[in-house]
Amino acid sequence: MWAFIHKFGSPPWFFRFASTAVRWLLPVVIGALVFGAVWGLLYAPPDFRQGNSYRIIFIHVPSAVVALAGYYVMASAGLVSLVWKIKMADTAMRAVAPVGAALTFVALVTGAIWGKPTWGAWWVWDARITSMLILFFLYLGVIALFEAYDNKAAAAKACAVLSLVGTVNIPIIYKSVDWWYSLHQPASIKFTGETAIDASMLYPLLVMIAAFYGLFALLVLVNMRTELLATYRQSAWLRSELG
Amino acid sequence: MQPDLLKFLGFQAQRHLRGALRRPGDIVNPLVFFLMVVTLFPLGLGPDPDVLADLAPGIVWVVALLSSLLVSGRLFQSDFEDGTLEQLALAPHPLALSVLAEIASHWLLSGVVLALVSPVFALMLNMPGQAIPVLMASLLLGTLCLSLFGAIGAALTVGLRRGGVLLSLLIIPLTVPVLIFGTSAVREAVLGYDPGSWLALLGALSLVGLVVAPIAAAAGLRISLEA
Repeated sequence: MWAFIHKFGSPPWFFRFASTAVRWLLPVVIGALVFGAVWGLLYAPPDFRQGNSYRIIFIHVPSAVVALAGYYVMASAGLVSLVWKIKMADTAMRAVAPVGAALTFVALVTGAIWGKPTWGAWWVWDARITSMLILFFLYLGVIALFEAYDNKAAAAKACAVLSLVGTVNIPIIYKSVDWWYSLHQPASIKFTGETAIDASMLYPLLVMIAAFYGLFALLVLVNMRTELLATYRQSAWLRSELG
Repeated sequence: MQPDLLKFLGFQAQRHLRGALRRPGDIVNPLVFFLMVVTLFPLGLGPDPDVLADLAPGIVWVVALLSSLLVSGRLFQSDFEDGTLEQLALAPHPLALSVLAEIASHWLLSGVVLALVSPVFALMLNMPGQAIPVLMASLLLGTLCLSLFGAIGAALTVGLRRGGVLLSLLIIPLTVPVLIFGTSAVREAVLGYDPGSWLALLGALSLVGLVVAPIAAAAGLRISLEA
């Protein structure tokens, strides 16, 4: 068990792991994305009230879900790097931030596009939209702090502290729906009790959420691999690895 | 807490307060900034007293947040530059405790003072009288939260040459709940409802901040000292 964790902390081992994982994940993720998108966009039935415009849900919801989860991944990696000083956790945290920021941005933009036909406005100041925007700011803060340090080891630690403090805001983001009455509909997928969304729409949505998780993992691994290539470009193990 | 730690806490707070009182400009300038920005709003929005009264809770709170951001950025600056911070980090007492003393004395001289003079700004913006005690209470609790969050940002950016704007980027998202609770409390009071629950939330947030922020800021200071 512990040997397994030690392996994860070793850059050469992780480089090999990431290379293999990327090779396998890439076709799976592309396949799932195409499958889910075709199912959702072409074959799922149109919505009773919103017609076809609701179909953006198949991009909007997965990116929002994964963007939120990404912040937890970043904060957990930060905790691991602060407590156990594992180098790869630093790299992971640094790799998650831009991916998370991009997904948050996608969620915001698709939300705005969805809002125009549904609510008649591109932007509505409602609780959930605002908390996604704040999540975007949190990601940008981590990226900006990382860029500001010249010493990258210290930068990673500083970002770890910041992202851990930022998790204070995440429960508020989730809870905001309950706290403030808003234009936004309450969450449709519940893991307990009945879901308010029909199975014909739910299944493609779940496929897309899974595909976005895969995409997130893929992009993070690619980022980490690039980071390793840049950091260890002078090392012997990397040269022998690349042949 | 051991008596030794309490004595250390008191000594540190005394040192900060004494140092700050020798530079009264640092206490007065944020208030002048506050006054000037509050003056800008009627100039930008027009002098209609009803419009101003509607917007007053938000204006006063946003300006308080900005002026608190301005001040808290320099929280550890002088201690960092003259090497005091390194000595505190080497001291046998926890660094978080010195940070707590620093934050507390900073809050006494910025937040508490701001809360005390806030009725003047409220009256300038035509805020109804019954909301003013609530405004003061919300600012009293809220500025404590802002100082605590600001300390974390200040600790992480103290060693950086271009820390100013970066600090705002780091801290503004964290201060959103403070702003929401604070303005909601004042707005409820303006409408004649009970603002108690919002003030309680602010109190809860400052208690969480009192526990978390000194530890996070101390960790941030150690990172800044290493870099």
